[in-house]
Amino acid sequence: MESDKILLEIASPYRQVLKVEVDEVIAPGEEGQFGVLPGHTPFLATINVGQLMYRQGNQVKHVAVSHGYAEVEYHRVIVLLDAAELPHEIDIDRAEKARLRAEGRLAELSHEDRDYFEELAALDRAMNRITISKI
Amino acid sequence: MANLKDIRKRISSVKSTQQITKAMQMVAASKLKKAQDSVVQARPYAVKMSDVLASLAVRVKPGKHPLLERRDEKKIELLVITSDRGLCGGFNTNVIKAAESFIKEKGDGCEEIVLSVVGRKARDYYRRRDWEFKTEELNPGSADFSQAESIGRTVIDRYVEGETDAVYVAFTEFKSAMTQNIVVKRLLPLEPKVLAEDEVPVEYLYEPSEDALLADIIPRYIYTQVFSMLLESIASEHGSRMTAMDSATKNAVEMTAKLTLLYNRARQAAITTELMEIVSGAEALN
Repeated sequence: MESDKILLEIASPYRQVLKVEVDEVIAPGEEGQFGVLPGHTPFLATINVGQLMYRQGNQVKHVAVSHGYAEVEYHRVIVLLDAAELPHEIDIDRAEKARLRAEGRLAELSHEDRDYFEELAALDRAMNRITISKI
Repeated sequence: MANLKDIRKRISSVKSTQQITKAMQMVAASKLKKAQDSVVQARPYAVKMSDVLASLAVRVKPGKHPLLERRDEKKIELLVITSDRGLCGGFNTNVIKAAESFIKEKGDGCEEIVLSVVGRKARDYYRRRDWEFKTEELNPGSADFSQAESIGRTVIDRYVEGETDAVYVAFTEFKSAMTQNIVVKRLLPLEPKVLAEDEVPVEYLYEPSEDALLADIIPRYIYTQVFSMLLESIASEHGSRMTAMDSATKNAVEMTAKLTLLYNRARQAAITTELMEIVSGAEALN
């Protein structure tokens, strides 16, 4: 197939978040960020909490993502995530509350606690949402 | 002859029942809309998830992951998904019937059947029959991925531990507001995908390793499956309730019409008798 576009599809269990034609995708992989241009080798990767960027022409857009997978084909990128939000969909109050809650709990826990890393992950997700909503 | 006052009472009671069923029907209709939407919206994720898994699973040797491992079905787990609330026609009865016949059919060929339930109706039914449950969840009428995840996790744990050799789910598949199918589907072990002859598996790069990805994706695939089963069951519940309440409303309307006719006849008869009495009384005086 001869085409210089990538079809980017992002879905969470509850809904399809995005389905657009893009020129480039940069995703936060588990082992570091990776970029995908049209014609990329098939590739399956784990996605971490962070921001996924995609470029349409000169415009760069952001999506807040949490844990999930990306399947890359030559002209298609499918991203399956636990949760994903476009910047305007983010509920800042909720994220802010989640951040405070996680911070509060973290202060009481030590590294040995089982919940410590869960709370850390929650804090991570909240911070990520807050950052992206401000872009 | 029927007492006029009794009929009147009857009519007003049927009418108030009709009001309730009508209201329930409308509520069910709007909930059905929502549930239907979430079924549709959840579909892309579920479909792609099974695509990804399928493309991954064809290239893995069996035995690489415990959930792909096939064993003799000695201990079978059956997960029954019903609703919490009644008044939805045959919805729950049908699921339970399917579950019962599954138990009967498989019961002889295996050592043990263990039961897990979602929804108050199945729980109550089997509790009365002295079953014990491995997992017991309520079904509040709106699906939640974290609930699917926790159900999935316990099911997987038991399978990996060897407490169960296969897991089946009895639930209602949503086709449309009018038609729902009761199905019993196997959840575990996973069905390995068979490639068509001309299909060539795509070679992938993996990050991190293939094994790590597989170990991560397979459970998540199970959660997705459970989630979509819950969603379908909920949509079916509302659809079924809507149809049941619609026919209940129709019946109530019919009943009121019949009773009104009866009432009018009785009233007429009473008037006629009264008239007869007056006339014959007057005649007697003449």
